[in-house]
Amino acid sequence: MTTQTIDPATFEELKATTGAEFALELVGTFLEEAPGMLNDLRTALGANDADTFRRAAHSLKSNGNTFGALNFAAQARALELGGLSSAKEGGSRALDELDAEFARVAAALAALRYA
Amino acid sequence: MNWTPSLRASPQPWLRCVMRDRHQAPARLLVVDDNKVNRLLLTRSLELHGHTVASAENGRVALEMLRRDGFDLMLLDMEMPEMDGFQVLEQMVGDLQLRDTPVIVTSSLEGIANVVRCIELGAEDYLAKPVNPVLLKARIGASLEKKRLRDQQKALVRRFATPEVAQDLQDSGFALGGKRVTATVLFSDIRDFTSLAESQAPEETIELLNTYYALMFDAIGGHGGIVTMMMGDGLMAVFGAPVPLPDHATSAVRAAQEMTELIELFNHERMAIAKPKIRIGIGIATGEVVAGYTGTNDRAAYTCIGDTVNVAARLEAHTKLAQRPILIDGATRAALGDAFAAEDLGPVPLKGKAAMVDVFAIA
Repeated sequence: MTTQTIDPATFEELKATTGAEFALELVGTFLEEAPGMLNDLRTALGANDADTFRRAAHSLKSNGNTFGALNFAAQARALELGGLSSAKEGGSRALDELDAEFARVAAALAALRYA
Repeated sequence: MNWTPSLRASPQPWLRCVMRDRHQAPARLLVVDDNKVNRLLLTRSLELHGHTVASAENGRVALEMLRRDGFDLMLLDMEMPEMDGFQVLEQMVGDLQLRDTPVIVTSSLEGIANVVRCIELGAEDYLAKPVNPVLLKARIGASLEKKRLRDQQKALVRRFATPEVAQDLQDSGFALGGKRVTATVLFSDIRDFTSLAESQAPEETIELLNTYYALMFDAIGGHGGIVTMMMGDGLMAVFGAPVPLPDHATSAVRAAQEMTELIELFNHERMAIAKPKIRIGIGIATGEVVAGYTGTNDRAAYTCIGDTVNVAARLEAHTKLAQRPILIDGATRAALGDAFAAEDLGPVPLKGKAAMVDVFAIA
């Protein structure tokens, strides 16, 4: 795992290929959407809804990769591939860790956004 | 019949269009993804490539939009609520209207089995997310080019075949061989065309033929028939194949009447510019024909063969002798019922026929 919350090369490439202004708007969209998806994960865990759980983890992984949030994406990927059953074994620990990583990602992206 | 230089000697504006279209870039694309960030990102990338982009957030909405608006290409996510990408692909395979729209799957689903399943369900390509913009551009360019070629082929088939034959080919594929159907066959040509053609410039003859064919195609197509053959100033049309047609005999006779009426109108125009009138002869026969594709695997035509076809051709030739514009055989007469007045010309010996053929003239 990389030690950086946001991989600068990935984020720079996103800016270069889509335009800096658009990339920052997209960050805004992610910061608005991600809490809902993190919430979906918890709700799905509680409701034993494997499809929604997998889909939410999948989306978070995909978005994490887009912005270079590689740790975050790796954690989400583990949830996607492990599925509901393996997440249950650890109680909500994995979800707590993902929330914590998201807080770091959000702070780092916000810093980039207002840099 | 006379063999006249092919109609294809005339200018072909459609061919110029086809060639010009080869290098067109912008296309109308549909992006389907339940995730807003992915949707916005893909849309942005594609817009930067000059395309017009619409988006849908699940498979159900995507299918609605495809059916309603039609798109040149769809980029499809797999993991979606309501209707996922696999279900979309499954629906498209079985849908005549949608199955030719190329689909590029953009997904972060892992595992080769998922990729294989998409391709087997008809997806053109599979791109892993996050999608590399350079790769995306190349794949879209290739898919659009393939679609353009397919569209051109379809346009060509329509140009040289009738819409019915084109549809038949698209639905059941191409296979040499035929099936027996009961149909009505119509032959028509222009009387004394050789002397007419010799008395005027070739360009004028081609123009005359083009007008003549336009009028005849209109009358035949308008009554559900298809023209299967054009030879010089003559043509053969079939009513009742490849698409079944109720009352094919009646339709053929109505088409013949409209053909002679249109020629009358055309003659008024010709006389106004001091051109000689043209006259046509039409022969119609009803019965079993073998209809299908004949030729080789490389070059074939939809046609009908059998005794019914021969009788129709002989009746058309016989119009000269009988001095009547439209002649029909006994089977056609019987199928018409009382709706038409037909003059009984009695049994007539026709070339190539051992038995006499009952011939009737339509007013």
